[in-house]
Amino acid sequence: MAATKEEIIEGLAEIVNEIAGIPTEEVTVEKSFTDDLDVDSLSMVEVVVAAEERFSVKIPDDDVKGLKTVGDAVGYIFDHQS
Amino acid sequence: MNAINRTVVVTGVGATTPLGGDSATTWEGLLAGRSGVRALTEEWAADLPVRMAAVAAVDPADVLPRPVARRLDRSAQFALLAAREAWADAGFSARAGEDESVDPTRLGTVIASGIGGVTTLLDQYDVLREKGARRVSPHTVPMLMPNSPAANVGLEVGAQAGVHTPVSACASGAEAVGYAAEMIRTGRADVVVAGGTEAAIHPLPIAAFGNMMAMSKQNDEPERASRPYDTARDGFVLGEGSGVVVLESAEHAARRGARVYCELLGQGLSSDAHHIAQPEPSGRGIAAAVESLMENTDLKPEQLFHLNAHATSTPLGDIAEIKALRRVLGDDVDHVAVSATKSMTGHLLGGAGGIETVATALALYHRVAPPTINIENLDPEVDADVVRDEPRELPGGTIAAINNSFGFGGHNVVLAMRTI
Repeated sequence: MAATKEEIIEGLAEIVNEIAGIPTEEVTVEKSFTDDLDVDSLSMVEVVVAAEERFSVKIPDDDVKGLKTVGDAVGYIFDHQS
Repeated sequence: MNAINRTVVVTGVGATTPLGGDSATTWEGLLAGRSGVRALTEEWAADLPVRMAAVAAVDPADVLPRPVARRLDRSAQFALLAAREAWADAGFSARAGEDESVDPTRLGTVIASGIGGVTTLLDQYDVLREKGARRVSPHTVPMLMPNSPAANVGLEVGAQAGVHTPVSACASGAEAVGYAAEMIRTGRADVVVAGGTEAAIHPLPIAAFGNMMAMSKQNDEPERASRPYDTARDGFVLGEGSGVVVLESAEHAARRGARVYCELLGQGLSSDAHHIAQPEPSGRGIAAAVESLMENTDLKPEQLFHLNAHATSTPLGDIAEIKALRRVLGDDVDHVAVSATKSMTGHLLGGAGGIETVATALALYHRVAPPTINIENLDPEVDADVVRDEPRELPGGTIAAINNSFGFGGHNVVLAMRTI
C-alpha cells in the first residue's frame, strides 16, 4: 500500500535523524537538506538510498539534484512510489 | 628571527588507549603497571590463532555524537578524540581563526596510521557482497583513506599550513611527530597537531599478522602475553587507539604563556635495506638512525636518562634495538632507564609512536619512567637497565629521553626530547 505524504515526512525525518542527528520534529517540508539539516552531498546519497528502501521507490542520481527541500523529496516519493 | 632552526616544544598531550579514554588515565595505568590486553571472546575470534588484543578502554563511538561517528573510521574516531584532548590541554579553546591564539595559516596537522581505514574497507566489502553496490556507503572513500585522521583533525582545528600523513607501518606515528617538528623547526608552521592512530582489531589483520608469526599466541594469559625482554616472549599483542601531541615553536608557546612539557629536539631516520618484515638482527639500521639523531640535534649522551623502547615483545627485534643503542652510545646506555610500555598497551602499530611520544613527554615532565611488566626471566642478551614492575624516578637537572619506533619495510625513527 502506498504511503501517505504524512507517512513519508515521518519516514524522512527518521532517516535524517539517523544520518545527520537532527531532531525529527525539525525535519519539516520547507527545510533545505544542505542549508538547514546538515545533510551534505555525500549524506544526501545515504538519505536517498534509505528512502528508496523504505518507500519502494527508485530515485535516479539525475533526479536527486532536484530534491533541495524535504518537501521536494516528499512530492517525488509520493508521485513515484510503486 | 631564525627561520631555519627554531626550537620546538610539546605544549599539549591527548590519548585514548587500551589503558584509558584520555592521557591522564593512560598515564595512571602505565605507572600502575596495568595490562590493557584482554581475551577476544567475540564469536568472530573463535577460530583465530590469536584470541586476545589490547582493546581501547573507551569505545570512541560511545563518546562521539552518532552522526559524527558514523562517517569516521574507528581510527579517525580515536585520532579526533586524542587531538581534541591535546588541543584543549595546550590551552586552545576554539578553532584556529576564531580567536587570536593561533593563525590558521600557521597551523598544521600530521597524523599517521599504519594501515588506514581497514575495518571500513572490509565492512563495506561485506555490504557490497551481501546487499549490493547501491548500499555501499558514499562515505567509504573519505573514511578508508589513510590521510582521513589527519584531514579530519585538520578540519576540527582549522589547520591551513598543511595536513600530512607519513606512512611507515609501525613507525608511522613517530614519523608523523618528526615531520611535524620539522615543519616548525624550518618555519613552515608555528603549531602542529601530530601523532598516530590505529584501529585494526578485526579478524583479517589478526589472521594475517598471526600467519606472519609476528604475534604472541599465549592466549591462555592475555594480560601476560606482551612481555618484552622476557625469555619467553613470542611476538606482539595487537592494540588500538591514538596518541596526539601539540607541538609548537618555543617562541609561539612563550608568547601565549603556554605550559611546556618538554622540548622536542628532533629525529633520526634511517632504513634497513634488509628485509620487508624482519628486523636487521645486528641493529645496523637502528644504529644509523641514532647516529643521525646525534648529528641532527644537540642531544648529549650524558643527558640521556630514559628510553621509551620500540620493544614489541618479538624475539629478534627487542635485542636488535638494545644492541644498536650500545653500539652508538656505549657506556652511556648504563644510565638510561628503559621502559617498554607495549608490555601494557600492546602494539598500536601506527598509533604506537603517538602514544609513546605522549608517554615520553609525560615521563620527562613528571620525571618518572613507567615500568615494563611481565618480565619473569630477563633475557641475558638485554644489556640495558630495564625498569621492571614499578615506576622509577628520573634524576633532576636537564635530562633527555629518546623514543624509538621501527616498522615493517625497514623504517627506523628515533625521536629525542629534553626537559626545559
